[in-house]
Amino acid sequence: MRVLQAFIAVVALILVALVLAQVPGGQVLLGIVLPYLAIIVFLGGFIYRVVSWAKSPVPFRITTTCGQANSLPFIRQNKLDCPSTKAGAVGRVLLEVLLFRSLFRNTQASVHDGPKLAYGSSKWLWLFALLFHYSLLVIILRHMRLFTDPIVGFVLPLKFIDGFLEIGATTIYLSGFILLAAVSFLFLRRLVKPYLRYISLPADYFPLLLLFAIGLSGILMRHVFRVDVVAIKELSVGLTTFTPAISDEIGVVFFVHIFLVCVLLVYFPFSKLMHAGGVFMSPTRNMANNSRMVRHKNPWNDPKIKPRSYAAYEDEFREVMIGADLPVDQELAVAEPEEAAQASTEQAKT
Amino acid sequence: MADTKVAEMKAKVVTEPSLITGAVPTGNWWEVEAIFKPGNYCYPAKKSIVEYHRKNLSGIFGEPRDWDVESDDWQLPENWQEIIIDGIKERLDKFRSLKVFMDCCVRCGACADKCHFFLGTGDPKNMPVLRAELLRSVYRNNFTLAGKILGEIAGARPMTFKVLKEWFMYYYQCTECRRCSVFCPYGIDAAEITMMGRELLHLVGVNTNWILEPAANSNRTGNHLGLQPHTFKENAEFLLDDIEEATGVRLQSLSFNRKGAEHLFVIPSADVFADPGIFTFMGYLLIFDHIGLDYTISTYASEGGNFGLFTNNQLMKKLNAKIYAEAKRLGVKWILGGECGHMWRVVHQYMDTMNGPADFLEQPKSSITGTVFTNAASTKMVHINEFTADLIYHNKLKIDKSRNDHRVVTYHDSCNPARGMGLLDEPRYLLNSVCNNFYEMPENTIREKTFCCGSGTGLNTNEIMDLRMRAGLPRANAVGYVANRHGVNMLSCICALDRATLLALNQYWNPEVEVCGVSELVGNALIMEGEKEREMDLRFAPLTGVEG
Amino acid sequence: MYGSGRIISALLVFVGLVTFPIWYNAGKAQQPPVLQMPAAEHPECVRDVLYMRTSHMVLLNEWRDDILRKSGPRFGVTTGGVRYERSLQKGCMSCHRDKQNFCAQCHVYTAVDPNCWDCHLEPTSEEALLSWTNEEVILNEEVILK
Repeated sequence: MRVLQAFIAVVALILVALVLAQVPGGQVLLGIVLPYLAIIVFLGGFIYRVVSWAKSPVPFRITTTCGQANSLPFIRQNKLDCPSTKAGAVGRVLLEVLLFRSLFRNTQASVHDGPKLAYGSSKWLWLFALLFHYSLLVIILRHMRLFTDPIVGFVLPLKFIDGFLEIGATTIYLSGFILLAAVSFLFLRRLVKPYLRYISLPADYFPLLLLFAIGLSGILMRHVFRVDVVAIKELSVGLTTFTPAISDEIGVVFFVHIFLVCVLLVYFPFSKLMHAGGVFMSPTRNMANNSRMVRHKNPWNDPKIKPRSYAAYEDEFREVMIGADLPVDQELAVAEPEEAAQASTEQAKT
Repeated sequence: MADTKVAEMKAKVVTEPSLITGAVPTGNWWEVEAIFKPGNYCYPAKKSIVEYHRKNLSGIFGEPRDWDVESDDWQLPENWQEIIIDGIKERLDKFRSLKVFMDCCVRCGACADKCHFFLGTGDPKNMPVLRAELLRSVYRNNFTLAGKILGEIAGARPMTFKVLKEWFMYYYQCTECRRCSVFCPYGIDAAEITMMGRELLHLVGVNTNWILEPAANSNRTGNHLGLQPHTFKENAEFLLDDIEEATGVRLQSLSFNRKGAEHLFVIPSADVFADPGIFTFMGYLLIFDHIGLDYTISTYASEGGNFGLFTNNQLMKKLNAKIYAEAKRLGVKWILGGECGHMWRVVHQYMDTMNGPADFLEQPKSSITGTVFTNAASTKMVHINEFTADLIYHNKLKIDKSRNDHRVVTYHDSCNPARGMGLLDEPRYLLNSVCNNFYEMPENTIREKTFCCGSGTGLNTNEIMDLRMRAGLPRANAVGYVANRHGVNMLSCICALDRATLLALNQYWNPEVEVCGVSELVGNALIMEGEKEREMDLRFAPLTGVEG
Repeated sequence: MYGSGRIISALLVFVGLVTFPIWYNAGKAQQPPVLQMPAAEHPECVRDVLYMRTSHMVLLNEWRDDILRKSGPRFGVTTGGVRYERSLQKGCMSCHRDKQNFCAQCHVYTAVDPNCWDCHLEPTSEEALLSWTNEEVILNEEVILK
């Protein structure tokens, strides 16, 4: 069972954190050493992957056109789904990154008696994917209250909006719960839909379970096993100023949380999570559809590949061409009698 | 015709257990073996054909040999695995698309039910995501850290004969139509994966005859059927007789290989010899004659359709290079292209890059309307639909719409012009200008979401008829929908492959619907100078009002 | 590398964003909370220090709910036997008198914005504190309930 493998991996990671947090030196490892390592691996790995993509050229302009192209003046171009300028292509990528344009097109096909095929609108994946990513963004930005001193300006309004319900002694942030709900949806859909279960690998379940565990541990340490947030902030700000120290009064759940985040950071560059970078580098999306307007260069274009030459063609067919009144470059009398064999030798040269 | 009777097929696609009909597969997909049996694979290329290609392009076509797809010995070279792995490495270094697409798929499943092959067969490996995983699993095994360490847990598997069989089966059950790419949040394009898969298969001599033989013909004779120049010319001129019979006008403007013409006109060669492409060809000629265009057709570069696209980028380049070479030799100003899907994929997205710059040509400008085609400023090749739409917009064509009144028309967006070019509204503009009865198919089956005919990329061969009828089902179904609802009896399209394959598809699924090119309808509606009173269309079918 | 200009600048922006706290904090004097502790005559709080650090807000809510909704006792006794009033203003703030140098220290440090003072008044001086009557406190607490 592929989902079981992923589940076991996440449970094992949690256990490791629980144990490490309670052995001597374990908290220093979890709270100081690993975060530094993780961020180095994350950034290094991310850059490595992007650079490795960038080392391969884009030989052809293979835009997938998803709307009317730039054409005649009286035909209206779809400038975002089929951009013909760099600015348009940037807009298209932004639409993809910020609003998940392509997922918004999603349909669900079904086969009925007849046969009849039907394609219903299906925007759940789009909705929950969007909810997941934006709640994650809000959570990350909100965490800046723990990493910046004095607290950076955008945190307060963000916290205010995120916590507008003002429920609970420690105010509930919506983003945390939306994240859990969205991750649960994305996870369950993999289990429930047969075709998704069939294509899903452990590497698909693992990040979802890991994110769920991270979100849950975060919520738990805020609302259930409350931890000393001042002590945590002293540690996290200490990490950013390279003077980290751990007060011994931080709860264990915090160490589970930070350990799982470190695992996520380390896992990121070596996994499908690199779609975060890939979405910007996909040639079918980030190129303007102006292939006939501006010549695209292929660095490995092989100039030695030539067509079968017209001369060789005429040599092979001169007789019948003249017979059919087709113009020829060389008259029959001038040309040496040619055999097909000779023609193909000629051809081999080209 | 297909082996399975249509009534049986109608039941099968709904009831037989498959992933699309609700059956739940168990086990792991990589444990399911690809089993070849008659009807589910294309025949391998003849030895002589492979020898021919190897002579022209060395090192990319594998060993010429006779081999049996159904047997377990494909007579592969001893080091075939090494060749494949090296081939992957080379392509990762050459194509950013491949690298990014290998790395960033999240298996969200958005592409799964977008593929016409999946919809028609219910075979899980026809989901674009799994089609890519067939290659991706090998990529992980040899090129990623996780794959090397974790193996199967990371979704990695070594390159085995089993995998190779899967590749041959499923990279020839993809028509590179790019529909999946429209829905993918990262634009991952199964067409790119399939192209790479086929290139790799060619390296070890695993290939199909229906692609390599037409490619060889195109290279040698200039058309994929291997017609010699005189036959090609005769065929085309024979159509002038038909035009005369239908319209009473003898066209004078058709010429071949004529130096000094303003335009080289490149068509898919099937338009000269295959029904119903020939009617489209008549349409082109009528339009050109109507406006007195100075053009010529080349017998040497008479195949716009590029079978190289279905093999590897080298052969694609070699076949395509004829167009610029001939334009240069004839000294034309710029090039016009007929209605052809993959020809235009190549012209629009590859030609200039591979065989340009076309600095010996002029920026295309219509000699009739003065319109400058800025969108073709560099490639200098204009699509006939763009050209004709501009003519109609400037009232340069005398049109009698009623001549198409006996046709209730719908329009099939051919995949490549739709998703590889963005040519969506020009054909519609034409249809609305020349037809009184034009109806769109349902919105999820047209424009950028159009369904493939099911037999593109060299799969329109008779030995896989059942498969083709299944793959074409989504398209046929949408046609059937408008046929029932609006009485549609004519499916127009702008692709030569479509004209051949949709014909077979409709004969199977919607026998009441015929197939035509858009230019046929334009040509049929033209009021030609000196014409007789029209009673028949270009197919000699009676016009509305003269049936009696 | 192809398209290196765009890609390298994008990567720089990315690294800059990820490491934002490092350069944001750099060179700034840290401002960890400095708490003004109660005078020596109040050696014992109502709960232990760690509990108060992590959960004082829970305790305050408990008091509020217990007193206002269940008519619970207004006074409690510490483990050390000291009687205290279960009230933010008249209990807590009778020892921790200076809001700015006690409550706000941690709240500002971690961007916590409690709504206590939406209704309660911050005791500005001894007189202000003494001039409050029970009735007024109840009135104010009723506002909270609404």
